[in-house]
Amino acid sequence: MAIEKKNFSRRDFIKQTSMFAGGVVFVSLINPMKVVYATKKPEGKGKWYGIAIDIEKCIGCANCARTCKIENDVHKEPFFFRNWVEQYTITNDEEILVSSPNGGIDGFEQPVPEEDIYKTFFVPKMCNHCTKSPCTQVCPVGASFESPEGIALVDQTYCIGCGYCVQACPYGCRYIDPDKGVVDKCTLCYHRLKDGLDPACMMACPTHARIYGDLNDKESEVSLFIKEHNCAVLKQQLNTVPKLYYNALSQEVH
Amino acid sequence: MNKFETLYEALANLDGFIYPNEIALNWDLLIVMYPYITGLVAGAFILASLNRVFDIKALRPTYEISLLTALAFMLVATMPLISHLGQPFRFYEMLITPHLTSAMAIFGFVYLWYLMVVLLLEIWFDYRYDMVIWSKEKKGFMRFVYRALTLWVLDTSHESRKTDEKIGYFITVVGIPSAFLLHGYVGFIFGSIKANPWWSTVMMPVIFLFSAMVSGIALVMFIYMGVNYLRRQKTDIFCLDTIAKYLFYILIIDFTLESLDQIHRIYEADESFDILKLLVRGKLFFTFFIMQIGLGTIIPLSVLGFLQFKKPRERIRKILYAIVSVCVLVGIFYMRWNVVIGGQLFSKSFYGFTSYKVDLIGGIDVWLSVLWFVIPFFILAFLLWLLPPWKKAEDLPQEKSL
Ligand code: SF4
Ligand code: SF4
Repeated sequence: MAIEKKNFSRRDFIKQTSMFAGGVVFVSLINPMKVVYATKKPEGKGKWYGIAIDIEKCIGCANCARTCKIENDVHKEPFFFRNWVEQYTITNDEEILVSSPNGGIDGFEQPVPEEDIYKTFFVPKMCNHCTKSPCTQVCPVGASFESPEGIALVDQTYCIGCGYCVQACPYGCRYIDPDKGVVDKCTLCYHRLKDGLDPACMMACPTHARIYGDLNDKESEVSLFIKEHNCAVLKQQLNTVPKLYYNALSQEVH
Repeated sequence: MNKFETLYEALANLDGFIYPNEIALNWDLLIVMYPYITGLVAGAFILASLNRVFDIKALRPTYEISLLTALAFMLVATMPLISHLGQPFRFYEMLITPHLTSAMAIFGFVYLWYLMVVLLLEIWFDYRYDMVIWSKEKKGFMRFVYRALTLWVLDTSHESRKTDEKIGYFITVVGIPSAFLLHGYVGFIFGSIKANPWWSTVMMPVIFLFSAMVSGIALVMFIYMGVNYLRRQKTDIFCLDTIAKYLFYILIIDFTLESLDQIHRIYEADESFDILKLLVRGKLFFTFFIMQIGLGTIIPLSVLGFLQFKKPRERIRKILYAIVSVCVLVGIFYMRWNVVIGGQLFSKSFYGFTSYKVDLIGGIDVWLSVLWFVIPFFILAFLLWLLPPWKKAEDLPQEKSL
């Protein structure tokens, strides 16, 4: 599978350093408010992947999390997840309880008696494939990058395992693989997408709470879903511009 | 299983909810050492510059010691960072293919600039004349070594010394902003992470800078006393008093800046405030209030403040200075700890905490951290043997033109 990714050569480096230095001065003169990092949406017909999760449909079975671990050979220990499910419970006393035992894979328990529950729901989490992804911005070697389709990926043969991106992701979507010493995260099953298959989590969801597709195509299932539902993204205030949209997202969810 | 034991322990002791990937703290003690050591370098250098550029003569006895201390710590400054990497042998990728939007990518260059252009050159110009003299006095191998160190620039004329002096002065002038850059930049690595409200503040580089000066000055003060003690020489108490005075002033600035930062947070009380309040009062209580503020700031400030008004006997003052410098060094270490570890103890979901236990016996990070802190002292001992400041020729008589 060929992922299109620019690897820097030394010449590029010299060229880019001088261009960057000049660029910074120039840009700050012309356009001081330009953001330092953002992926470009492809023009024309290029795909631009987005995801939508319908919280109203999620039953907390965590099939997605389980399947993801198998499909992507994620460590079995409960500290490494590309994909997990959280259970939110808001009590009548307005207390907010959140849990995600083994990412939801071992099933959930509800410790609060039913009469005390104001509302409860499940929130599946995964990489938001942010448009202005801070993880890509901070990677010191460029091992974290965005595919042309807007998927945040990591070149594990190149990653130095500094963990800076893990710190920079506001959503806790990355971890250092304890065996490989490099970072690992959701790839939206890029290896499957390339072969025309759906990501494993999408296939595993029994209630069709997860949808993905091309946001560039306004007739795609995901585009229509976002249009027809009242969707929101996580931590909008951080301006990472996530491409993972939640329907019926409560404001308590962080 | 063993390798995950500490993680399972952390999992069992979770407080509230944290994202599952957050249980593994991925920046450990080594990343605490990284800003600590770079801070010592920057601080020691700035003390040297006070003497040279601002012409504070009382500090003259510590000039070379400061420079050599800065160099000794600078030589290992990258090691905590490199040894912490998951793939340490790929670290050079950062130098040959840096990703320029990353704050961390530039560290290598800032480092090289500072080490090669500023520190080494300044020391070379400062010692060149003496090395020529020493090479003439010594025999055999050492003669060759000193000659090689002079790079075969063997001119000992008055003019050449004046040129050394001028260039050295110029480098120090360039060096001050470089030292500021070096450590302000390290602060930026943390301060620019918007995902983490404990780190993300514009004050971070400035706070790092002033705490660096404080720690570097304390270190040189301690080493200066230590070296004299070992050499059974008298410590110049006037020099110590002057260092202490600067330490006092800069400590006040540092404390003010940090307090401002905290007051700002408390008054603004944004969405992250509740979790940070719990963090500081709970998990960080000991390291923040007791070690950083109490031991590292209040005690030194009170003692140094007292000494500005009352001067007890020399011996007592020396003992107090020794205690103060150690307190400051410990305090700044905990300041780095509170930033690096503290910033990872609360969940970015703002719903809970994890914990971090230093594995004193088995923890590889602990051993490496101790190693990276001890090695510079050996390097310093070697440098002091090779380039003894006390055997240097007299300074040129001052000319007003500089
Ligand atoms: S969710 Fe995290 S890992 Fe994914 S793109 Fe955004 S910042 Fe990067
Ligand atoms: S851990 Fe790897 S991918 Fe993440 S910032 Fe460091 S080098 Fe880049």
